[in-house]
Amino acid sequence: MKISYYPGCTLSTKAKGYDRSGRAVAAALGMELVELPDWQCCGATFPLATDNSMALIAPTRVLHQAEEAGDQVAALCAICYHVLKRTQTALDRDPEMLERINWFMEQEYRGEVKVVHFLELLRDGLGWEALAERVTQPLKGLRAAPYYGCLLLRPYDEIHLDDPEDPVILHDLIRALGAEPVDFPFNIECCGSYLTVKDPSISADLSRQIVASAREHGAEVIVTACPLCQFNLDYPQRESLEGIPIVYFTQLMAVALGLPETDWGVEDLYVDPRPVFREMVAETVR
Amino acid sequence: MRTTISADKVRSEFVREVEEISGEDLLACNQCGKCSAGCPVASVMDLLPSQVIRMAQLGMEEVLESRTIWICASCLTCVTRCPKGVDLPRLMEALREIALRSGVTEIDLSQLPEDLVDELPQLAIVGGFRKYIK
Repeated sequence: MKISYYPGCTLSTKAKGYDRSGRAVAAALGMELVELPDWQCCGATFPLATDNSMALIAPTRVLHQAEEAGDQVAALCAICYHVLKRTQTALDRDPEMLERINWFMEQEYRGEVKVVHFLELLRDGLGWEALAERVTQPLKGLRAAPYYGCLLLRPYDEIHLDDPEDPVILHDLIRALGAEPVDFPFNIECCGSYLTVKDPSISADLSRQIVASAREHGAEVIVTACPLCQFNLDYPQRESLEGIPIVYFTQLMAVALGLPETDWGVEDLYVDPRPVFREMVAETVR
Repeated sequence: MRTTISADKVRSEFVREVEEISGEDLLACNQCGKCSAGCPVASVMDLLPSQVIRMAQLGMEEVLESRTIWICASCLTCVTRCPKGVDLPRLMEALREIALRSGVTEIDLSQLPEDLVDELPQLAIVGGFRKYIK
């Protein structure tokens, strides 16, 4: 099955491993992620000012390209997903704005393409049981803490992915892979987001709190779907000898589906998850 | 801090502009404080989020000088929990926009630590610049 795929700026640069592992696990599950032709950055923020129509132009262009390519488009980056989905909702609720942007862009975006996160394809398309059946290296005994962050879930009335206060989608995924999801009270707290550019010490403090809480609850790895969360949680640990790996859910899947290490795409993470992952592989072999 | 509250200020151009840019009805907030209670960055703010909306309601333009409007990371926790459905992140953005449009710049590009710039994910740079510079 072919699915249009929007990688976004960060998955083509800093978070290439998320992209690589995502494409590899999709292929292993019989889905081909087909990159949209001629795409550009979505802008990385959804404009919250009602008169900032400029910031809607880039994501609308992406939506238009996606609509030309098919009936749905999948993203891995939680922020791209958030921006595209909110832009679509905003234009749906404001036909005048849609008309103005189409006029300016000389395009005809109709608002019919469905924006999905890859996690939704797994949950609603494939299903957790079917995923569990494809697992060849169950991550038995691995204590993995799902960290949702903000933009994958909120605002609920526009995103509709999961319960914004008590999400389960990553928990269910972790369980399907044979690992044990670790609940911890900071799993929907903010990592500091863009503050990492302006006040890195604030985001580093928030992130340390999140990582420390996951550790106290017994986590061996923290699992995320967002490249900014991944960076904010991982970077402050770069010099620590006892850091917890912050991995993308696709990387955990790549291990569980028995894909080769080259498909894990973990080389660029600060805390190397390979020791933990290799132990999982070795245990299956034993 | 002493301040004067007047009907003129409450109905001022400033309040109108904040409501227009944010798209929010400021008086919908009844100051329950739930936003401040759940805000993950409240501990480093000079004003609590609920105080920011209170000052905006009263037309106190000095709210633009608060660090809080720049520390809010738009994590949307407060809007998820607000019993009155007030979208406080939109209010924060409106205040940032008013400040940015008047010429304020929140980050000095030449002061960004070089080792950090090399490491930052692209979306942090793109998003951060959109939030903090005009």
